[in-house]
Amino acid sequence: MRHFSLMSLLSEAVNAHRGWDRQWRSPEPKPSYDAVIIGAGGHGLATAYYMAKQHGMRNIAVLEKGWLGGGNTGRNTTIIRSNYLYDESAALYGHAMKLWQDLSQELNYNVMYSRRGVLILAHNTHDVQSARRHVYANRLNGIDNEWLTPEQTKAFCPPLNISRDARYPVLGAALQRCGGVARHDAVAWGYARGADAMGVDIIQNCEVLGIQRGPDGAVAAVDTSRGRIATRRIGVSAAGSTSVVMALAGLRMPLESFPLQALVSEPVKPVFPCVLMSNAVHAYISQSDKGELVIGAGTDQYVSYSQQGGLQVTAHTLDAICELFPQFSRMRMMRNWAGIVDVTPDRSPIIGTTPVSGLFVNCGWGTGGFKATPGAGHLFAWTVAKGEPHPINAPFTLDRFRTGRLIDEAAAAAVAH
Amino acid sequence: MLLIPCPHCGPRSELEFHCGGEAHIARPTNPAATGDQRWAEYLFYRSNTKGVHAERWLHVHGCGRWFNVRRDTISDRFVTADQIRSAEEGS
Ligand SMILES: Cc1cc2nc3c(=O)[nH]c(=O)nc-3n(C[C@H](O)[C@H](O)[C@H](O)COP(=O)(O)OP(=O)(O)OC[C@H]3O[C@@H](n4cnc5c(N)ncnc54)[C@H](O)[C@@H]3O)c2cc1C
Ligand SMILES: [Zn+2]
Repeated sequence: MRHFSLMSLLSEAVNAHRGWDRQWRSPEPKPSYDAVIIGAGGHGLATAYYMAKQHGMRNIAVLEKGWLGGGNTGRNTTIIRSNYLYDESAALYGHAMKLWQDLSQELNYNVMYSRRGVLILAHNTHDVQSARRHVYANRLNGIDNEWLTPEQTKAFCPPLNISRDARYPVLGAALQRCGGVARHDAVAWGYARGADAMGVDIIQNCEVLGIQRGPDGAVAAVDTSRGRIATRRIGVSAAGSTSVVMALAGLRMPLESFPLQALVSEPVKPVFPCVLMSNAVHAYISQSDKGELVIGAGTDQYVSYSQQGGLQVTAHTLDAICELFPQFSRMRMMRNWAGIVDVTPDRSPIIGTTPVSGLFVNCGWGTGGFKATPGAGHLFAWTVAKGEPHPINAPFTLDRFRTGRLIDEAAAAAVAH
Repeated sequence: MLLIPCPHCGPRSELEFHCGGEAHIARPTNPAATGDQRWAEYLFYRSNTKGVHAERWLHVHGCGRWFNVRRDTISDRFVTADQIRSAEEGS
């Protein structure tokens, strides 16, 4: 792997950029690996990266049915924040937030992490009380979050209308200053490049179609569209397709998969300085470095794998955006799309062991797992390598749905992304 | 937006309906004798089928009745839509 530095950029600039190598290989699958990760989204690639880097596992593969980063990793609105309510969640998302800080240096790849601040608006008394409760709970957990008055909110986000007679009056906002956005593709590519350089085989166009188990019940191999691959350890990181993959090992999951939509506008000059979210009116907005407004919409109400949602869902979000920002009402939207998100009953992820020996799962990130990519990969790598969870992901078991120890971020009214 | 075939009213726009999730998940008949795992499966575990999925819909802004459908979750096409005539069909 060629290191990116000022020197390498300069020497390629004079050489008309003819000397760059491919960023990762496209290897043929080997007959067996020490471990196999299913799904080359950001999470699966980060998992392989940390398995190789921190646990010395180099004879491993990441299997991807399409192209790497083509799932939710490449479809999300890239909001990064860690101000979740419960202690367990604060530790989990806080861990990821720490890793974001120097991820570009760690990967020698610019993931364009931009700490522009995430505002969560409060429009009514209930919103104010619940946002302030989040702020206090976060502070006790050492998580950055602060309460802003309407005037302070306006100073932080000048396009916002804080007039008292607005359709959705702004009564204040919670601000996480370290929150922001990152370039989603670059996160996948950076981890892929780093993992590949340490010898991890990333095998694209390789769909897992079966999971074979030995006489002891433990996993023994995966059947793929490119043949059988023997392995004693499987880490499933398949996002919206998790139930389908786990069914190959005979397991049902506490998950439902829904289409979640987003859209972008035509590119314009910088008009929007931060990330703004409003749970009550269901709108999420930021501006990409290319100048497009990036807008997150909601999920459809029914299970679907169609990767397209109903237009009324995006229309509903655009109604809210136009109420909050009338100045955007004449902007043209260029593209809209959906990704399939795997949602748990308590809206917290599952990262851990399963009833099948040798089979591990990282799933249930639903509408908000991009922000966790480095942390989830780091913790899942530990879990697959050691066969047991790291203390941070220990509460996020599959078994919590039996014991009743839910981590109920859904009831905590956490916003969706 | 889906065009949903209500077995009572005919095809109507999705805006008139509420999705009630997977069909045929029966509540354990003897709660006291039901273990934690079985309760977890009843409350939380779902088949989340990729393909033909049995689910319940409520025609909330129409006839107000629940009914069962089978829908392909890859194409979102409805395969069948049936009235609920008994408690078993309704579970
Ligand atoms: C519209 C939208 C907006 C979002 N906005 C945000 C946001 O602002 N902030 C945030 O934090 N999160 C957001 N999310 C959620 C976030 O995108 C996901 O939680 C996250 O990307 C999941 O990570 P992943 O790497 O596991 O998923 P993916 O990138 O989906 O990776 C899973 C991979 O598994 C592969 N796979 C599946 N089945 C198989 C098989 N049988 N064999 C081989 N490979 C298989 C898939 O092809 C896919 O590439 C959003 C999601 C969507 C759809
Ligand atoms: Zn009807």
